[in-house]
Amino acid sequence: MKTEIIIAGFGGQGVLSMGKILAYSGLMEDKEVTWMPSYGPEQRGGTANVTVILSDERISSPILNSYDMVVVLNQQSLDKFQSKVKPGGILIYDNYGIHTPPTRTDIKVYCIEAMNATFELGNNKAFNMIVLGAMLKLNSIVTIESVVKALKKTLPERHHHMIPMNEEALRKGMSLIK
Amino acid sequence: MEEVRLMKGNEALALAAIRYGCDGYFGYPITPQSEVLETLEQQMPWETTGMVVLQAESEVAAINMVYAGAACGKCVFTSSSSPGISLMQEGISYIAASELPALIINVMRGGPGLGTIHPSQADYFQATKGGGHGDYHLITLAPSSVQEMCDFVALGWDLAFKYRTPAIILADGIVGQMMEKVVLPPQRPRRTDEEVKKQCPWAATGKSNGKKHIVTSLELDSEKMEVNNERFQRTYREIEKYEKRYEAIDTEDCDYLIVAFGTVARICQKTVEMANEHGAKIGIIRPITLWPFPYEAIAEAAKHTKGILVVELNAGQMIEDVRLAVSDKNMPIKHYGRLGGIVPTPDEILDALTNELIND
Repeated sequence: MKTEIIIAGFGGQGVLSMGKILAYSGLMEDKEVTWMPSYGPEQRGGTANVTVILSDERISSPILNSYDMVVVLNQQSLDKFQSKVKPGGILIYDNYGIHTPPTRTDIKVYCIEAMNATFELGNNKAFNMIVLGAMLKLNSIVTIESVVKALKKTLPERHHHMIPMNEEALRKGMSLIK
Repeated sequence: MEEVRLMKGNEALALAAIRYGCDGYFGYPITPQSEVLETLEQQMPWETTGMVVLQAESEVAAINMVYAGAACGKCVFTSSSSPGISLMQEGISYIAASELPALIINVMRGGPGLGTIHPSQADYFQATKGGGHGDYHLITLAPSSVQEMCDFVALGWDLAFKYRTPAIILADGIVGQMMEKVVLPPQRPRRTDEEVKKQCPWAATGKSNGKKHIVTSLELDSEKMEVNNERFQRTYREIEKYEKRYEAIDTEDCDYLIVAFGTVARICQKTVEMANEHGAKIGIIRPITLWPFPYEAIAEAAKHTKGILVVELNAGQMIEDVRLAVSDKNMPIKHYGRLGGIVPTPDEILDALTNELIND
């Protein structure tokens, strides 16, 4: 079983760290993982993206033609990556700031209101965990328990009190998929 | 108990060096390898193993600090990316001519000139054919995974000390920046002064009642300099005899052969998976040592193939060595490369394979 994912959005939306937590969660489940970021100036305000591959077998290429799951968090990323979803694959987008919604009909498209959900939670830093929750609801690539384990492993101890808040955000994200 | 961790290739380089028992790192930051210095600074090995970590004032200073450390028998290294490695070439030539073990790491970016910060393999000629002046070679290792970034640090130093010659890890920006699972080796203690003297009896280790050790690349008597050169060449022949490394994937009865190194070889593996679905049998040779180059392995794999595609992040550099390897001058040997920091996708390579060889 292999899942190939790309997450794209503005620099600063937590795209790279969301990918990192997903990759760590895969590690917690003994999967093979590859995390491949776009690096460089785009991290400072332009568009950023990260490829995450989780697999039961050795992973060959970190560079892919198309993806099982594409998560886009702004219009530029939607325009760029809509065509990269494998037929039958999943496209998730946050509707905030989207003026031209996706048009493909051979894939499963999910619009989530993750930005609105951050207002409901009263925590705009939870944005990427909400998105991750939605992703996990659609494709149980890893369990929520593994994500919590990954957070424990990656966050410094002084930030461990924020793990319940992150877990709440993950569950909120899951509830966005009806 | 082996320790599995998730990290970037650049971080793996730094941690592997500390765990090898490295004595010193000297470098200057440049994207896409700045995490090497950053990780070393975070780890603060000077408080645990006593390893020195120093941000030099320039790449020229850094390589000369490596030269000096190596002359004292110390286990030292530097890292940089393409433009920085160009600045180091004089020092590298001196280190080779002084027959010193040292490790140099180049996480390549798109050139020439200051170029871009994105992945490239355009420094193949520089690493394998000289770079600096004079008749010398660097043992050139090309990692294709984060695990190999870790493992080749130890391999590079082992070979450098065995043959008393500098080694270089030639990585592309992809493998420096991406995160994968790594099993780190256990921490080795740094060698004691006595152990250094024993392992490196030629080293400048301070006043002793023995004879003076002078480490230099200068020899104004050309008769003697020729003798030195002949000794270097004997070492290179020995390295060529014993240290060629490569990975061969499905080459036994392949119709076509792809030759690629570093991360590109992995992109090509995906291409091969796609080609297999169409019934084409494609093998891959991934040279791991770019110098010494595995000519014989390529010659062997090429025997029964109808054509070879060399895929590189450059305009055609390793392809020259592939041509040297194949004696059949009618064998089609084609090149597919992206330049200046662009990385090809697996289907682009499949198109090249189909158009250049299979349908040609």
